[in-house]
Amino acid sequence: MRLPALPAALFVLLLPLAALAGKNEIILQSTTSTQNSGLYEYLLPLLERDTGLRVKVVAVGTGQALKNARNCDGDVVLVHARDAEEKFVADEYGLKRNDVMYNDFILIGPEDDPAGVRGARDITEALQRIAAAKAPFASRGDDSGTHRKELRLWKAAGLDPGAAREGWYRETGSGMGATLNIAAGMGAYALTDRATWISFANKGGLAILHEGDPALFNQYGVIAVNPAHCPGMNIKGAETFITWLLSEKGQKAIASYRLKGQQLFFPNAHSALPGNGG
Amino acid sequence: MLFYSQLLEIVALSLEVSLVAVMLAALIGIPLGALLAIGRFPGRTALIVLVNALMGLPPVVVGLGLYLLLSRSGPLGILQLLYTPTAMIIAQTILVTPIIASFSHQIFADLHREYDEMLRAMRASRWQTILTLIREARHALITAILAGLGRALSEIGAVMIVGGNINHATRVMTTAIALETSKGNLRLAVSLGLILLALSFAINLALHFLRSRLERAAHA
Repeated sequence: MRLPALPAALFVLLLPLAALAGKNEIILQSTTSTQNSGLYEYLLPLLERDTGLRVKVVAVGTGQALKNARNCDGDVVLVHARDAEEKFVADEYGLKRNDVMYNDFILIGPEDDPAGVRGARDITEALQRIAAAKAPFASRGDDSGTHRKELRLWKAAGLDPGAAREGWYRETGSGMGATLNIAAGMGAYALTDRATWISFANKGGLAILHEGDPALFNQYGVIAVNPAHCPGMNIKGAETFITWLLSEKGQKAIASYRLKGQQLFFPNAHSALPGNGG
Repeated sequence: MLFYSQLLEIVALSLEVSLVAVMLAALIGIPLGALLAIGRFPGRTALIVLVNALMGLPPVVVGLGLYLLLSRSGPLGILQLLYTPTAMIIAQTILVTPIIASFSHQIFADLHREYDEMLRAMRASRWQTILTLIREARHALITAILAGLGRALSEIGAVMIVGGNINHATRVMTTAIALETSKGNLRLAVSLGLILLALSFAINLALHFLRSRLERAAHA
C-alpha cells in the first residue's frame, strides 16, 4: 500500500495547479431541472464548440444556487425564482438579470385523483380541493424555485398548509426528482416544473392533473456574479456564457432541444411579452 | 443517459478519490493508533474517546465544514479547491482517519498486551517494540484499511457538497446514483449500485488474497 503513495500524493498536489491552468472555464450554479432534463448535455457542447468555454455545472435548488454564488463559489447562476433573483442583483451579488427561457409548472397526482382536482377551474381551486380532501401533498420544502412558487400558490388560495402541520402536507426537503419519487411512492399530489416531469422516468401511477393556468408560468433567468463582490471570479467567461445563451444561436439551440418528442424550454430572451408555457 | 466511457470515467474517479483518501488516512491513522496504544502521555484517554467518537462523524457535516473552509469566501478560498477531486479526497481522509486510527489502536493494544512480557524480557527498545508490533499487526491492519475503504467508497454526503457532482470533473459513483435516482431512472441507479458493490467485492477479494499470501510467507 505504501509504494503508490508518493505518485498519488504528487497527483493530489498537482490537481489544483491543473485547475488553475485551464482558465477558460466557468462554474455555473444552477437549478436542477435544466440538468435533470438533459438540457445542459445538449447545450454545453454547442457552446464549447462556438466559444471554447467549458462550463462546470453544480446543480442544486435555486435557493442554494444563489447562496453558493453569494459565497463566490460560481461565476454564473441560472435559476427560476424571479423575486429571489432580483434581490440577488439588488444586493449587488450579481450583475444584470436576464430572461433566458420559460416553461410552466404543472400539478401532478395519482391517476384516480382522490381530491378531484381535474375539474378545477384554476390552480387556486385545485389546491383548495386538495386541502379540503386532506389528500397527501408532497412539497419540496427546500427553498427552491419550485418550492417558492408552490408557497405563493397556496398563499393565493388563502391557505397555509405548512403552518397547519396537518399530516397530509409533507415537506420532503429534497430535490424535484426525489420529491417525485416520494409522491409516486405514497400517491401524493405535487407541483413540478414540466421539464423535470417529462424527463422523469419513475412516474408510477402519477399523471398531470392540472395545467395551463397563467399563474403556473415558470421563467428562467441568468445572472453573472458581480466581480466587485467576488474579485476572483471569471467575469469574461461569465459574459461569454450569457452572451451566447441570449444570442440567436443560443436561443435557437434551447428551442431545438427535444426530449421524447417534446420541447422542454421556450426561449424568450428577446420577447417583451413572454407567453404562457404549455 | 450514461454512456460507457462516462461510466468508466466515474468509476475511475471514485477509485482514485477513495483509494488516495484511504492511503492518506492510513498514513495518519496507523501511527496515531500505535501512539494511542503504546504511548503514555497526558490527555491520552481523552484522545482515544475522541477518535472513537469521530468514527460516527456524519459525512454531511464534514462536507459542510469543509465547504465553509474551502468556499471562495472562506478562509482557504484562495486555494480554489472547492469542486475539485482534491477537496473530495480531503473530505474522505477526514472521514476515514478516525476509523483506521481507532481500529489500529485496538489492534496494537491487544498485541501489546500479548507481547509485553516477551518484549520486556528481551529488553526491547521503544522502537523495536513498535516495529515488532507493526510486523505482527500487518494482517489485522488490512482489515482496518478495508473498513476505511468501505466508508470512503459508500459515502455521498461529503463528496456531493465539496465536489458538486460536476459531470466530467467530480462525479463519482455515489453522486451519480443520487442523480439517476432523482431523474427517476431507478433501474440505472440500481445498476450503478451493483457496480459499486462489485467493485468493493473485487477490492476485498484482492486484499484477502494478499493477506493470505502474507500469512503464508510469515509462516514459511
